[in-house]
Amino acid sequence: MAVAGPAATAQFLLCAASFAALTYAFVTSDFSLRLVTLNSHTLKPMLYKVSGVWGNHEGSMLLWVLILALFGASAAWFGGNLSTTFRARVLAVQAAVGVAFYAFILFTSNPFERLAAPPMNGQDLNPLLQDPGLAFHPPFLYLGYVGLSMAFSFAVAALIEGRVDAAWGRWVRPWTLAAWMFLTIGIALGSWWAYYELGWGGFWFWDPVENASFMPWLLAAALLHSAIVVEKREALKNWTILLAIMAFGFSLIGTFIVRSGVLTSVHAFANDPERGLLILIILMVFTGGALTLYAARAGTMEAKGVFGMVSRESALVLNNILLAVSCFVVFVGTLWPLVAEMIWDRTLSVGPPFFDAAFSPFMIALLAILPIGSALAWKRAKPGRTMKTLWGALILSLVLAALAFAVQTETTILAPLGAALGGWVIAGAATDLFQRTGRGALSGRLQRLTRLPGADWGKALAHGGLGITTLGICLLMAWQVEDIRVAQINAPYEVGGYTVILRDVSEVQGPNYYSTIATIEMQRDGRTVAMLSPEKRIYPVAQMPTTEAAIANGFLRDLYVVIGDPQADGAWAVRTYIKPFANWIWAGCIIMALGGLASLTDRRYRVAAGARKQAPPNAGVPAE
Amino acid sequence: MMRLISACVLSLWMALPAFALDPSEMLADPELEAIARKLDFEIRCVKCQSEAIASSNAEWAVDARRAVRELVAEGKSPEEVRAFFLERYGEFALMRPSRAGSNILLWLAGPGLLLVGLGIAVVYVRGRARAGTAPEAALSEAEQARLDEILNQK
Repeated sequence: MAVAGPAATAQFLLCAASFAALTYAFVTSDFSLRLVTLNSHTLKPMLYKVSGVWGNHEGSMLLWVLILALFGASAAWFGGNLSTTFRARVLAVQAAVGVAFYAFILFTSNPFERLAAPPMNGQDLNPLLQDPGLAFHPPFLYLGYVGLSMAFSFAVAALIEGRVDAAWGRWVRPWTLAAWMFLTIGIALGSWWAYYELGWGGFWFWDPVENASFMPWLLAAALLHSAIVVEKREALKNWTILLAIMAFGFSLIGTFIVRSGVLTSVHAFANDPERGLLILIILMVFTGGALTLYAARAGTMEAKGVFGMVSRESALVLNNILLAVSCFVVFVGTLWPLVAEMIWDRTLSVGPPFFDAAFSPFMIALLAILPIGSALAWKRAKPGRTMKTLWGALILSLVLAALAFAVQTETTILAPLGAALGGWVIAGAATDLFQRTGRGALSGRLQRLTRLPGADWGKALAHGGLGITTLGICLLMAWQVEDIRVAQINAPYEVGGYTVILRDVSEVQGPNYYSTIATIEMQRDGRTVAMLSPEKRIYPVAQMPTTEAAIANGFLRDLYVVIGDPQADGAWAVRTYIKPFANWIWAGCIIMALGGLASLTDRRYRVAAGARKQAPPNAGVPAE
Repeated sequence: MMRLISACVLSLWMALPAFALDPSEMLADPELEAIARKLDFEIRCVKCQSEAIASSNAEWAVDARRAVRELVAEGKSPEEVRAFFLERYGEFALMRPSRAGSNILLWLAGPGLLLVGLGIAVVYVRGRARAGTAPEAALSEAEQARLDEILNQK
């Protein structure tokens, strides 16, 4: 058993050496490697030579196992407070997942395959992927996906041990928090990239591959809430174990969807049915095995905590139901085209209109109960007392809704609804944080605010961030303006209260592309608010055009312009968008991730879990 | 479907970042154009990978946008335009799946699971609430110590 720790460290070091070797090959443009030839080019900027390592199937799988080994090793390094047997079991499960993926890489996706006759130069990385936002999108996503393997390993180890207690909840939560945090950042980066790169400002498409990352995110969010109940109240144990297994299961499903090509997706990334089959087998062995173990052992873990119908525990149960159901909706919607074709021979599409209609109601319900549930007392709550603190937030949210209704010219319910829900959640999070400071003079309470435990801040930030993202999504979707037209040079026109003037169009040459670059002036009330330079690029090596939108970011709106094709008599096609509150979407995600980080710094994760200790005055374990 | 995938893979990345809807395609009447533009997001480009005709530059999508605008200009309702595409290209061309036949399972999956989940939750929470009325002596000494510890941390 003592071998487990050093073995995990060795595994990580070996993976790191292998990854470093591949990175070195990319950096030095070693075209004797097939992978480098297919995905790199000597003229490519250094950042993209490095990000090219994981911009393809084989390299990204190597990153995948590197992160897997990193998590295993960190469990060995920081798991000093786990019992020896439990730690060995966790590492064993983690290593078993590792072995499966090492075999997968060795037999189907060798990144170090050599070419007998190395070409003079490479075929370049897809220009769309040559972008700073996308360079770091996959590593964050993998940190998230693979981070959930820790929750899985802890769950399986607990099932083998047949024991789940408060300490288990406390151990599993930081790993889930970290995974969720990385997933949040990874998804936000992808969405932000789509927003500025695809040329029309879409930020979410309900594409199978996006859904593949969104499903584990939803389940991880459910898991980190239910783990609190295990930790504080020793209830919901069975359910939490199941969630931990399913969350990683959905990560594997995501890997399967991305790499098998069974579902049509705009992410045409390394589609290979044979590899897909192998991932499917890995998926079935691990989740199937874990679920079998679960079926055999789950009955032995009885709940201890006692709570009433109206309590924090019940609210968290409702949170978990809504998150799990919304994940299920995404899952069914994503796989439905496949199911319908196989069973009923119906070829159909399940697009954004379905998800908007079928997914949103559960999110609306979740946001509506969030501030109330998170303020309810544990065990047995008095709804009246809880609501007393929330009247302010409720009134604020109704005022915001009325305001949104008053300023809008369209008759859409989306904007007032989003304003109400977003405002309600943000104000509720702030109220909740302030309530934690106890009673007394305002100055004393404000002072105590800075000394609140990390978990309190984490909760407020994560919930507040969610509210901000909600506001951003709803107001953007309700109020955005699109204008497409033929613009003459120096001929002003109006779009959504702004005057747009196409000043100039010229040709320039970049490091590995040619560009047509326009200069567009945006005025408001006769004053210049932005000079924008949208581009159209051609990457000759990859033989591919891209559009580079120019965006003037603002607190309340983004101005977004795209230059199109030349028209008759020197005119150009120009698209102009006004995108209200666009930045709020990603700002909210960053704040959510910061909330996760704040929660991770909470001292209760650093003290030995389960060890006897004096409860410090005034601080104590925060209820989240 | 596999045939369709392989047919699409090649054209895919080419089509993605394209300009889509060209000014020359648009209707002169802004109100009608707004109706047509909304429909662009409801019709799938059948030659592309899960993409609406709104953002695709594939030839098929350009033709489809033109057809949408012709129908809208003729005074057809959005419902009739969708029916037009359904009749010619089947369910695959509609981004919003119908509720007919087996698709009812798709639409009811969420609400159905919600009801099941709520049912189980009510039984569970009731059980937890009732367990509260049982005498505390049900706890063993070790469990009592553990409970004290948890309560102390509160």
